[in-house]
Amino acid sequence: MTTPDSDDILTTAAAWVAQGEQVAIATVTETWGSSPRPAGSQLAVTKSGRMAGSVSGGCIEGAVAEIAMKTIENGIPQLMDFGITDERAWEVGLACGGKLKVFVEKLS
Amino acid sequence: MTPETLKALTEARAAKRPIVVATKLPSGEQLLLPDPTAPADLAAAATKALERDESGTQIIGNETWFLHAYNPPLRLIIVGAVHIAQALVPMAAHLGLAVVVVDPRRSFATEERFPNVTVSSEWPDDAMDELKPDVRTAVVTLTHDPKLDDPALDRALKSPAFYIGALGSRRTHARRVARLKELGHTDEVIARIKGPVGLDLGAITAPEIAVSILAEFVAARRNGALAPKQPEKQAA
Repeated sequence: MTTPDSDDILTTAAAWVAQGEQVAIATVTETWGSSPRPAGSQLAVTKSGRMAGSVSGGCIEGAVAEIAMKTIENGIPQLMDFGITDERAWEVGLACGGKLKVFVEKLS
Repeated sequence: MTPETLKALTEARAAKRPIVVATKLPSGEQLLLPDPTAPADLAAAATKALERDESGTQIIGNETWFLHAYNPPLRLIIVGAVHIAQALVPMAAHLGLAVVVVDPRRSFATEERFPNVTVSSEWPDDAMDELKPDVRTAVVTLTHDPKLDDPALDRALKSPAFYIGALGSRRTHARRVARLKELGHTDEVIARIKGPVGLDLGAITAPEIAVSILAEFVAARRNGALAPKQPEKQAA
């Protein structure tokens, strides 16, 4: 059966690259407490605004997408912290009280 | 990720080879494992990540590495190209499983009933010998016919398959247990079979039964805590 793994964001992202899209991929690298998605969860974002996958239950995807846009522009990978000890996390509302690190890189 | 890394990763996954993307944090320097030229401690950590099927960040030496484990999809071998299998196949594919349907009865295992699925028309014991269930394989028998179910279960019990389920009522299952004992399997080994297969959801329709089977499969895969099945309840 060739149906794609519903959690296989990398395949989707690679297909976007092949279509000529500029793509960044964000990966959860570490979690603490009640973070909703495990390490390895991914979110792919294109410059044109397409999105696939998730790195949280929807709490921080907007912020991660913004960072991804910068990484697409300048090619510089980013390691981001989100969590209750982080001012920014309150802003973007990680309501679960968990903490996580997200690595954002350009797929080229 | 460089185009070379993405290409090599995509190829490995298409060939169903287990592979780890190791990313040094925060610089983003990457390498793919296994690789004979990689440092021994990094290689060992990658092997462990694949075995545990778990990605995560680790301090190796004095460096921080994120190890992303990509295992090939889990396999589900379904014996019996029956109505419930027709419901089970698309749901299993949605969970990311590689599905194989085994049924030597050609009127059941048709392309029309099972489009885009690998179908084997071998006898279940031959098919199982070919498919070689491993620790990342689940086996579910659905035929209700001992001639077909028993040889598949016999082979499944001799394999390290992580989930084995057999459709059929408690009474059917008791008779099945007796037959498998005659084939030389011990009670302890036979207890690996989930019979009747699936969580006790009160499922009636084929899609509902498929949900109960896949729910039990997920619990087995994730070591989910489940209340024991109610032995006194009358089974369908």
